[in-house]
Amino acid sequence: MSKKRDYREYTKGDGIESIQKVVRPPADSSSKIVKYSLIAVAALFLFVMLVLPLFVVLVNALRDGFAAFCDAVFDEYTVKALKLTLSATVCSVAVNTVFGVFASYLLSKFYFRGRQLLAALIDLPFSISPVIAGLIFILTFGNVGWMGDFLKEHGIKIVFAVPGVLLATIFVTFPFVFRELFPVMNAQGRDEEEAAALMGAGGLTVFFRITFPHIKWALLYGVILCSARAMGEFGAVSVISGHLRGKTNTLPLHVEILYNEFNTTAAFAVSSILVFLAVLVLIARTFAEAKCRGGEE
Amino acid sequence: MQGRGRIAMYVELKNINKTFDGFLASNDVNFGVEAGHLAALLGPSGSGKTTILRMIAGLDAPDSGDIFINGERVNDLAGSKRGIGFVFQNYALFRYMTVADNIAFGLKVKKQKKAQIKEKVDELLELISMKDLGKRYPHQLSGGQRQRVAFARALAPDPKLLLLDEPFAAIDAKVRRELRSWLKEMIGRVSVTSIFVTHDQEEAMEVSDTIIITNQGCVEQIGTPEEICFHPQTDFVADFIDAARFEAMMTIR
Repeated sequence: MSKKRDYREYTKGDGIESIQKVVRPPADSSSKIVKYSLIAVAALFLFVMLVLPLFVVLVNALRDGFAAFCDAVFDEYTVKALKLTLSATVCSVAVNTVFGVFASYLLSKFYFRGRQLLAALIDLPFSISPVIAGLIFILTFGNVGWMGDFLKEHGIKIVFAVPGVLLATIFVTFPFVFRELFPVMNAQGRDEEEAAALMGAGGLTVFFRITFPHIKWALLYGVILCSARAMGEFGAVSVISGHLRGKTNTLPLHVEILYNEFNTTAAFAVSSILVFLAVLVLIARTFAEAKCRGGEE
Repeated sequence: MQGRGRIAMYVELKNINKTFDGFLASNDVNFGVEAGHLAALLGPSGSGKTTILRMIAGLDAPDSGDIFINGERVNDLAGSKRGIGFVFQNYALFRYMTVADNIAFGLKVKKQKKAQIKEKVDELLELISMKDLGKRYPHQLSGGQRQRVAFARALAPDPKLLLLDEPFAAIDAKVRRELRSWLKEMIGRVSVTSIFVTHDQEEAMEVSDTIIITNQGCVEQIGTPEEICFHPQTDFVADFIDAARFEAMMTIR
């Protein structure tokens, strides 16, 4: 279809081809030396900072043999932690997708006073340390907290319980979907939607036939970034969860506990689950990113 | 204008006022367009012509005043129920739909039968001479082709009134002249009352039956191209219209 053509045009302007154009022409030896030494530095840096540590994770995970690895991975608490991590991820993705779509629709299609302020507020979780985010929730919903008495009366437990873990994860991943969607929606403008509405299309038809096709890859990209962040979240969750094994422990917290108990092999084995999830996210991300750019005209 | 009686007016605006954040976009606007006529809203940029068009379409609401279409007050009627077709300045074609789907959209949302839709789409593709391009996407078309698709899409639901916002602005000068006469011919053929916005006096003079000159939110003069050209009623119109340029053109008409 047409999208392939667009993608090629896109790379011609801003992508790898134009980079080659800049680098290639002066073929004298000094520029070659610069080129290869830069490549070497980049490769070495990536190897030391990324590849080696990941490799170490896998090696250590399998150090005591495959059986020990399986024991750690399929351990009751690990499975529970994995479940909690995944449900926190799903939950925060769902909430932030709905919120992100609404917020970016509001801010890109309507003009009103306080627009800038609202956009700045949505970005707040980016600039707040996750640990502080966790503390905020304890001070708001905890026993001695601002809403503590009210929650106790109604038998709702948030802090040191699963709802707190979910809240903290949602908080730290709050801006991701919005950040991806907003510029795309903003660039789309209102004309196409107005045209459709004038022809008698209802709000939902306009959204699903006109707006959504434009934002779908950006939305997927935002969802992926949001999932990656949700799965790896440590700080905020660590503060609010209370580290109750089998109850409020997420995978990253479980890794920390195992490591602190000098159970290194198990810690690395559990880590390898997170690495595996990260690789999945990376693949999905690459795919969505290409699609996202391909969709732009 | 007054002498022609108001029964024949298809569109009528009465005492329309509109402000945007303190900016007076329409200041007591009054005019009418006869059924079957092609009227031009002509004025310098920022004179409020697009606002007038958007209010007729129901995309913006006037602060005060009444809009009548075919004798019915439409102020509280949704744009989609006013029986209008709208051609946007940059065409606003649905970029993720093919040309044929773009044209069919208005019929699909009105839940017409598939065979009926196909027939209408084929007919319109034929009308705009783009029979073989129905499967293309908007970005695969030239500016002139896009404009023709936008025109066909606006006409698909059989509107009684066609509104065009700067229909030639995004097209290079060479093709513009060609498209202009094409559009005039098309509008004549489907005999739909039309109002188009332009800042180009040559365009207005050549295409329209009636010209409405706007300036700073006010209507300065309404009349045929000849009236505007030879009998300007205000200093602004006399100043704005380069009469000498059109004398030759007018006598030929």
